Amino acid sequence: MNTVWLIPATPIVVALLILSLGKTAPGLSAVFAVIGQIAALIMSFVAFFPTLHAHGFRGVENFTWFVFGNQSLRIGFVLDPLAAAMMMMITLVGLCIFVFSIGYMADDKNLSRFFAYLSFFSGAMLGVVVANSLLLLFIFWELVGLASYLLIGFWIERPSAAAAAKKAFITTRVGDMGFFLGILWLYHNSGTLLFYDNGHGCLESAGLAMLGTSATFIALLIFCGAIGKSGQFPLHVWLPDAMEGPTPVSALIHAATMVAAGVFLVARVYPIFSVGAINGVTSSLAVVVWIGVITGLMAALVAVAQSDIKRILAYSTVSQLGLMMVSLGVGGVAAGIMHLLAHGFFKALLFLGAGSVIHALHHEQDIRKMGGLRRAMPVTFATYAIGMMALSGVPFFFSGGWTKEEVLHATSSWPSSHIPHYLMLVGVVLTALYMSRQIIYVFFGNRRAAEEHPHESRHVMTIPLIVLAVCAILFSVVLTPGWPWLESYLTGHAPQFDSRLLFQPMILLSLGLVGTGIALGVWMYHATSELDPLQRKLPALFRFLENKMWIDEIYDRTIIALGALFAWLSDWMDRYVWDGIVRDVGAIGQLFGKLTTGTDERVINAGVDEGTVGAQGFGRVMSRWHSGQIQPYLGAVALGMLALLLLYAWLG
Amino acid sequence: MTLSTLLVVSATLFCLGLFAALSRRHAIFILIGIEMMLAAANINFIAFWRFGPHTAHPTGVIVAIFAIAIAAAEAAVGLAMVIAVYRHFRTTNVDQFNQLKG
Amino acid sequence: MNIFVFGIIASFTLIVALAAATLPKLMHAALSFAVMFLGISAFFFLLGAEFVGLVQVFVYIGAVAVLIVFTILLTPHDVGNVRGFGWSGVVVAIAVFGGLIWAIVKTKSVAIAPSVAKALTVKQIGEALMISYVWPLLCVGVLLTAALIGALILVMEDKRS
Repeated sequence: MNTVWLIPATPIVVALLILSLGKTAPGLSAVFAVIGQIAALIMSFVAFFPTLHAHGFRGVENFTWFVFGNQSLRIGFVLDPLAAAMMMMITLVGLCIFVFSIGYMADDKNLSRFFAYLSFFSGAMLGVVVANSLLLLFIFWELVGLASYLLIGFWIERPSAAAAAKKAFITTRVGDMGFFLGILWLYHNSGTLLFYDNGHGCLESAGLAMLGTSATFIALLIFCGAIGKSGQFPLHVWLPDAMEGPTPVSALIHAATMVAAGVFLVARVYPIFSVGAINGVTSSLAVVVWIGVITGLMAALVAVAQSDIKRILAYSTVSQLGLMMVSLGVGGVAAGIMHLLAHGFFKALLFLGAGSVIHALHHEQDIRKMGGLRRAMPVTFATYAIGMMALSGVPFFFSGGWTKEEVLHATSSWPSSHIPHYLMLVGVVLTALYMSRQIIYVFFGNRRAAEEHPHESRHVMTIPLIVLAVCAILFSVVLTPGWPWLESYLTGHAPQFDSRLLFQPMILLSLGLVGTGIALGVWMYHATSELDPLQRKLPALFRFLENKMWIDEIYDRTIIALGALFAWLSDWMDRYVWDGIVRDVGAIGQLFGKLTTGTDERVINAGVDEGTVGAQGFGRVMSRWHSGQIQPYLGAVALGMLALLLLYAWLG
Repeated sequence: MTLSTLLVVSATLFCLGLFAALSRRHAIFILIGIEMMLAAANINFIAFWRFGPHTAHPTGVIVAIFAIAIAAAEAAVGLAMVIAVYRHFRTTNVDQFNQLKG
Repeated sequence: MNIFVFGIIASFTLIVALAAATLPKLMHAALSFAVMFLGISAFFFLLGAEFVGLVQVFVYIGAVAVLIVFTILLTPHDVGNVRGFGWSGVVVAIAVFGGLIWAIVKTKSVAIAPSVAKALTVKQIGEALMISYVWPLLCVGVLLTAALIGALILVMEDKRS
C-alpha cells in the first residue's frame, strides 16, 4: 500500500529524464516514455489485485506533509476499486497512445519534448486518481491542466494552437477558482482535507456531519472545477478548440483521461453531494443532472453540423461527458464510472483512427474532402467501425452499448423528474446520427480527397488501434447485466450471474433507438457530396449548429469585452496616473539634481576658484615684500621665540 | 654646580649655534649651526633628567637618544638638499637662493 | 673636583664652538665642529648618561660630521664668493642670549644642587625603549626610512630624462 505513490511518480520521473536528454535522442525518449508507461501499467495491474479480494476494499496511506502552528497538513494516497479501475484504464489507453504517437509524430522535430509532456501528463493524471487528500488532488489537477496547456499548444509556431491552449487554460481556471473556494470552505467546516482517515476523513460520516447545510454549496463549488475540466456547459468552449493539438494529444487528454477527471472528481466526493439525500435526490445532485442534460443535448446537436473530423469527435466527447454527469447525478455512480471507463477506450480508439486517416491524407481534416477510404485503409475502417458502434450504443457486443444501457436505466428511475431520461433518449438517437454521418463521409462514397493514393498506416499505428478495439469488445463481457462484475466491483456488492437479465425491455428500446439513428443517418447522408444535405434543406438551422450555437460569440461580446474594458482601464490608469506619479517623483529628483549641480558649479566651484585666485594674488603680492633669503627668516623666528620666552618669564 | 650653571652653558652653546646659522653665508654653515643648537638642547634634556626627581622612566635620556637620531636624519636630508641646490645653482651662497621673492 | 672638571669641559666646548662658528675656512670649521661634539659627549659622561654620550660620539662624530665633510668636498666653490659676515645675525644672537640668561637667572627653581646620581644601565634604557617608548621608536624608524629615501631621491641624477 505504501508503494502506491510509485505509480504516478514513475511517469513524472521519466518525463524529467527525457527533458534532461534534450533533443539529442528522440528515439531514446520514445523508448523511455513507453517503458515508463509499461512500468506504470504493470504496477497498476499489481495494485489491482488487492482490491479484488475483499469487497469494499480501501487501502489508505496518510502522512503529514508539513506542520504550521499547531495544525498539521496531512495528505495521503488511497487505493480502492474506483482508483484501481481508473488506473488500469489510464495506463492501458495511455500505452496504446504512446505507441501510436511513435508513428504519428515520427516526422516532428520536437519528438522528445512531446514524449516528455505526455509522460508528465500521464503521471499527473495517475496522481489525481490515487490522491486521498482534496489538496493533493487539486495539486495534481493543476498539473494535469498545465500538461494540457503544454500539449495543446505543442506546435508553438502556430498562433491558433497557442490561442487554443490559452483558452483551455483560462476556461478551466475559471472552474478551478470555484473548486478552490470549495476546498477552503470544506477545510474550514470539517478541519480536514483527507478523504478517508479512520473515520475522521471528510468523506466519512464524522466529517460529513460537520458540514451540515453547507455541503450543498461546497459540492456545487467543487462541481465548478468539474464543469471546467470536463467541458460541461457553460465552460465547454475550450474543448473543440483544443483540437489544435496533435491527434494523440486529443485522444489521450480530451477523450480518455483529462476530461474524465471531472467525472472522477464528482464520483470521488459523491458523499458530499449526497448529504441529506431524500430518495437519492439533493439539490446539488439536481444541478449536476440538469447541467449534464443541457451539455449532452447541446453538444450532440452541434456535432451534427461540424465538418472537421476531430471536432465531431470533440463535441461527441462533450456530449458523452454530459451523459456521465447525468448518470452520476441520478445516483447511478457505478453506471457513470463504467461508461467513463468504456468511453475512454472507444473514444481513444476513434481519435486514433481519425489520426490514422489524417496522417494518411497528409493532414487533411475536413470530412467533406475525404471519402471512399474503406478499401484503402481496411484496418482503420474496421477498428473505426467498432468504435463507432460502441459509441452509438449498439448493444450485445460493444461495451458502450451496455454502459449506455445502465445509464438510461438509472435515469429512468430518478424520482425527481423524467425529463432527463427522455432527453437522453433523444441524445442516443443524435449520437447514432452524427456518428453514421461521419463514418459515411469518411469511409464510404466517392473519393474526394486530394491525395491520390492513400494507404494504410504503418503497423506501429495500426496495432494500438486493434488493441483498443479488442478492449472495447472484451470489456463488454464484464459489463453485461447478466454478469455485472464491474458494477459489483465498484459498488462493493457481490455479483450474481443471471442470464435472464440480458434481455430486458430497455434493451429493445435502446436497440430500436440506435437502429433509428443509424437508419436516419444512412438515409440522409448516403448520397455523400460536398454540400451537407441538412445544410441544403435547413440552412438556418445548419448555420446555427455549425457555429456552435453562437456561444463563443456571446462570450466574446460579454465577458471578454468586459475583461477588455478592464484591461483598457488599467492600462489608462497605469499610463497616465501611476506612471505620471512616478514621472513626477522622478522630475523632483531631476530638479534636485539640477539644483545641486548648479550649486556645485556656480557656488562651490566658483567660490573655491575665486578663493584660490585670491590666495594666489595675495601670495604674489606678499612675496614681493619678502627677501627670499632664509637667514633673515631664521633670525625672525629666533626673535619671535625670544619674545615668547620673555612673555612667559614675565607672566611667571 | 647647580642646574642653572649648566643651563647657562647650554644657552651659550645654543646662541653660538644661532649665530652660526644667522651670520654665515655658506649653506653648510647653517646646517652646522642647526646641529649645534640641537646638541645644546640635548644637554638641556640630560641636565634636567640628572637634576630632576628620580622616576622609573629615564625619560630625559630616551628623549635625548631620539633627538640625536632625528638630528642625524635631518642632517642627512639637509646635506642632500645642499648638494641638489648646488648642482642647480653652482654656488652655496645663500644670498643667491632668493627665488621665493616674488 | 667636580666643578673643576665641569669648568674645563665647558670652556673647551664653548671655545671650539666659537671656532666652528667663526672660522673663515670651511674645512677648519667643520673639523672643529667635530671636536665640539667630543666636548658635549664629555658633558654627558659627567652628568651620568654614559650611553647617550657614546651614542653622541658614534652618531655625530662618526656620521654627521663625516657627512658634512663629504658634502664640503662635493661642493667645491669659489672661496672668495662666500666670504661675508652679516652683523645682523650677531645682534639677534646676543639678544636671544640675553633673554635666555635673564630667564634662567630669574627662575628660582632651577638653582638646585644635584641629587644623588642615578644608576642607569643600558638594560634599563633598552627596557624603556622597548616597553614604554616603543611607539616613538617605531615612528623614528619610519622617519629614518623616509629621510633615507628622500635624501636618495634628492641627489639622484636624472639619468633617464
